[in-house]
Amino acid sequence: MIDVIKGAMLLTGSSFMLLAAVGLLRLPDLLTRMHATTKAAALGVILIMLASAMHFAEVGVVARSFAIIVFILITAPIAAHVIGRAGYFVGSRLWSGTVKDELRPNYDPLTHELKSGMETQENAKRHPRNTDPD
Amino acid sequence: MDTVILISQVIMGFALVLTFVRVVRGPSLPDRVVALELFSTTVVGLVGVYAIQSGVSSFLDAAIVIALMGFLAAIGFARFLERGGPRDD
Repeated sequence: MIDVIKGAMLLTGSSFMLLAAVGLLRLPDLLTRMHATTKAAALGVILIMLASAMHFAEVGVVARSFAIIVFILITAPIAAHVIGRAGYFVGSRLWSGTVKDELRPNYDPLTHELKSGMETQENAKRHPRNTDPD
Repeated sequence: MDTVILISQVIMGFALVLTFVRVVRGPSLPDRVVALELFSTTVVGLVGVYAIQSGVSSFLDAAIVIALMGFLAAIGFARFLERGGPRDD
């Protein structure tokens, strides 16, 4: 029984990794490629580590497998965010079918200044309240 | 069980080949960085499967180290991209 679950987890995990690689190869631009790789690869590693935890079934090995799972879950979004940010700043081209890029009109990549489009003299004034500390 | 392990290893090896195609072809440096990160993640999976195959649980320590190195490499490449060094994509 446990062999069946283990085998299913191994096959599903490796299939997710293959899907991530296919997505990396086939999708058109940087952000869609990252969308494919981060989630599918993280899920694949999680399934394989669960399978290895079930295979060994010792306290130390299960702890190590869960440490890998937690580490992947923490670091994958951070790395994706950092690479996506850097890729946007160095000017990687978006896909021609991109519907919306809200940063483009409001953001200056050289000075890293974000505008809201509402910078008037009236909005720049300070409006003190009664509850403000002196 | 041996057959299942072999099949999953073959699938992940094929995924490595596809990722390597993107590393070679990738039009810009960020694409290559993303591909290298997927590379390290796939290698972590392969090491986990090999730990099951060989019955040696110490390979999971190597998997932890590989995951850590991949994350640090991604962060370093991103810093390098943002700070703007000499690039030759």
